Amino acid sequence: MCLGVPGKVIEVSGNVATVDFWGVRRQVQLDVIDEPVAPGDYILNHVGFAIRRIPESEIGETLALYEQLIKQAEEDDLMTQDVRGEIAASSEPNRGHS
Amino acid sequence: MAIPDPARAIAELKFRDPIRGRGLLDALARRTAEIDHSPVSVMHVCGSHEQAIAKFGLRSAFPRGLNVIMGPGCPVCITDTPEVDEGVVLARQGVHIATYGDMVRVPGTVLSLADAQAEGAHIHVIYSATQAVELARSMTEEVVFFATGFETTAVATAAVVLGGLPPNLSILSAHKYIPPVMEIVAEMPHTRVEGFLAAGHAATITGAAVFEPFVSRHKLPVVIAGFEPLDILAGLVKLLELIRDGTPAVANMFPRCVSHEGNLRAQEQLWKVFKPTGGRWRGIAHVPNGNLRLRDEFAAIDARRRFPIDLTTLWDYAPPALAQSCICGDIMAGLKAPSDCKLFGQECTPEAPVGACMVSTEGACRIWHQYGGHPNLGGDA
Amino acid sequence: MIRRGLVDDKLGIKYGAGGRAMRALIERVCLAGLGPAPVDGIGLSAMDDGAAIRVGNQWLVITTDSHVVHPRVFPGGDIGRLAVSGTVNDLAMMGATRPLALTCAIILEEGFAREDLAQVYASIRTACDEAGTTVVTGDTKVMGRGELDGLVINTAGVAFCDRVVPDCGLAPGDVLILTGTVGDHGMAIMAARHNLALEGDLRSDVAPINTLIRAALDAGGADVVAMKDPTRGGVASALHEMAEKSRVGILVDEPSVRVRAEVRAACDLLGIDPLAVANEGKAVIGVRAAAADRVLDALRGHALGREAAVVGRCIADHAGAVILDTGLGRRMLAEPEGELLPRIC
Repeated sequence: MCLGVPGKVIEVSGNVATVDFWGVRRQVQLDVIDEPVAPGDYILNHVGFAIRRIPESEIGETLALYEQLIKQAEEDDLMTQDVRGEIAASSEPNRGHS
Repeated sequence: MAIPDPARAIAELKFRDPIRGRGLLDALARRTAEIDHSPVSVMHVCGSHEQAIAKFGLRSAFPRGLNVIMGPGCPVCITDTPEVDEGVVLARQGVHIATYGDMVRVPGTVLSLADAQAEGAHIHVIYSATQAVELARSMTEEVVFFATGFETTAVATAAVVLGGLPPNLSILSAHKYIPPVMEIVAEMPHTRVEGFLAAGHAATITGAAVFEPFVSRHKLPVVIAGFEPLDILAGLVKLLELIRDGTPAVANMFPRCVSHEGNLRAQEQLWKVFKPTGGRWRGIAHVPNGNLRLRDEFAAIDARRRFPIDLTTLWDYAPPALAQSCICGDIMAGLKAPSDCKLFGQECTPEAPVGACMVSTEGACRIWHQYGGHPNLGGDA
Repeated sequence: MIRRGLVDDKLGIKYGAGGRAMRALIERVCLAGLGPAPVDGIGLSAMDDGAAIRVGNQWLVITTDSHVVHPRVFPGGDIGRLAVSGTVNDLAMMGATRPLALTCAIILEEGFAREDLAQVYASIRTACDEAGTTVVTGDTKVMGRGELDGLVINTAGVAFCDRVVPDCGLAPGDVLILTGTVGDHGMAIMAARHNLALEGDLRSDVAPINTLIRAALDAGGADVVAMKDPTRGGVASALHEMAEKSRVGILVDEPSVRVRAEVRAACDLLGIDPLAVANEGKAVIGVRAAAADRVLDALRGHALGREAAVVGRCIADHAGAVILDTGLGRRMLAEPEGELLPRIC
């Protein structure tokens, strides 16, 4: 619904930032962003307006978020496999006690 | 297969590497399998989510037991025919229309803006609302900015309005507001939706908090997700976890852009200029508070009040009876699939669309038509 | 309102856009009104890049194009360069890489600046020199002010060749090579046309590529089985046509398609798929798998082919369709329709 594209601020002049989109640059309005931006900041651009400043630290956080989901699912699955293994082992015939 | 430089991609905030993608798809498959019924149905309400899903081929990779429905989140699709007609009527009166590219080919009752252009009307495609101002300054004729899009886009219109418009520029607002339509979908009696993926860019403006009343009312989880493919997959994994645990909650999986209260400065400008009113969305009848209209203080720059807009002038053409058979509304609400529509692929095609679902590149029918339904493209052909 | 398969009463812009609407127009109106092609040859009904007529034991290849690009001058070229390149490349796509000669007819709007016309002809000269040909005849007309938008150029080209390479010769197992980066021309034009205020080196790739194609044909010979230049509608359109005409499926490896950073960034900002964007200095070449390496080497050894790459292969399934492997999943590649417009949603 909203094509939002991140870019990196190169220069700020009053209400307008020059933003680098890693191939092209464009002026982006700062009328609606809720914190000051400086060269080097990432911003999220939508229709020529910066709607959010994205701190660089968020990159690592985002990757960590993905890792956490992946790892948790793997661990849960291994646990499930262990449990299934135990159940299978204990329910096999001629295997003695329950 | 050439793999792009991963470190550079991350530095450009492109989260789309195949290795993490595989990991998240595996996690998604596991979480889907953990649910005690099949299929699990979730809905996203954002055309750009569908666009990203389609662009990266994610549908072909989703687990079989997961049904990701495209809800009424395509602002082009749900812009009602009378609203397009308003733009067309103005264009035919000689007013210069500035509009985003998305709207140009959307059919009105009879004509689209592109059709009007073919007849000689002045239609200008712009990328940013500020260009409507520049356009108006470059001429003496009347210019109307036909402003479409959801709240994220309405913020830009609000900023431009508050900056003061040249005297020959006015606004025709067809902006929409998404949270109310989630209510409608959640309340539909036959809905099978078990959770929602919410639009990350809209939430950047409105904040995660806006979904809390919805969640406590309907006891359905809402996960806010970004638009990179890994964001979407991560959002879906989280949503499946919440469904599995029976936890109705709002989970923010797009923290790099979305905060709890959102962008207050943008919200302030948005609500200073616009008020939510009830209105029709194409195919979904009435959505209370779903339309954003200019407040009375801005009557002077409201195109609806500056110009007489007589939609009956379009009725020289008999409105096509085909429109009656269009089930876009049901499709957008996730109740029917495009293949359930008897017009699909026959009278209704991308070149000759009946409903907006076929016009918009994000429309369910268009995507379905392009990709042949649910693409069965997996495996090494 | 249009109904599927028929053509509107009033022909809108999309009929010139190179897609399905245009083909429908040609089939239903143009072809219907014309007599059959000469017995031994490839005529209009094949809707190939040009026509081929048997003369003795050779083929005479003919092609014609009209050019109305706006803006007339753009980064990387102008309408003159586009006119020559378009015609030379159409001949080359049929396998005719040594143009005998070109024609060039112009229609000017009253009041057109002499200096501007001189610049157009200077560009025509440069492009002809690169292609190793020249303009031998033409026509000049002037229409009243307002009756025409500036300038229209029509060019035609003729060449002999021993073997015509159609765009329909693919078979399962064949490999598809792109001779370079995609999206350069269309994005340069769009940026200039819609006042999108993008700063960056978006420049057209417009160039005659007949010498590049000659290198590929010399290396691949009869193993070069299909060729098409991805102009309007981009690589997506070209592949669709090739898949449909050859009745094969085409599987594209998206990460292998090379896109300049400037073009990629502009496409991302405007919501446009680089595969749908026009190119004016590139070719899609279908090659038997065994010949792929040597054709690739020949291309990369040429100044215009340094970025040549294998981007896909032909499969027996999904005949007529183009499937894209994105690295994360697969999707059907849509056939672009109408003018590309920037989108915000």
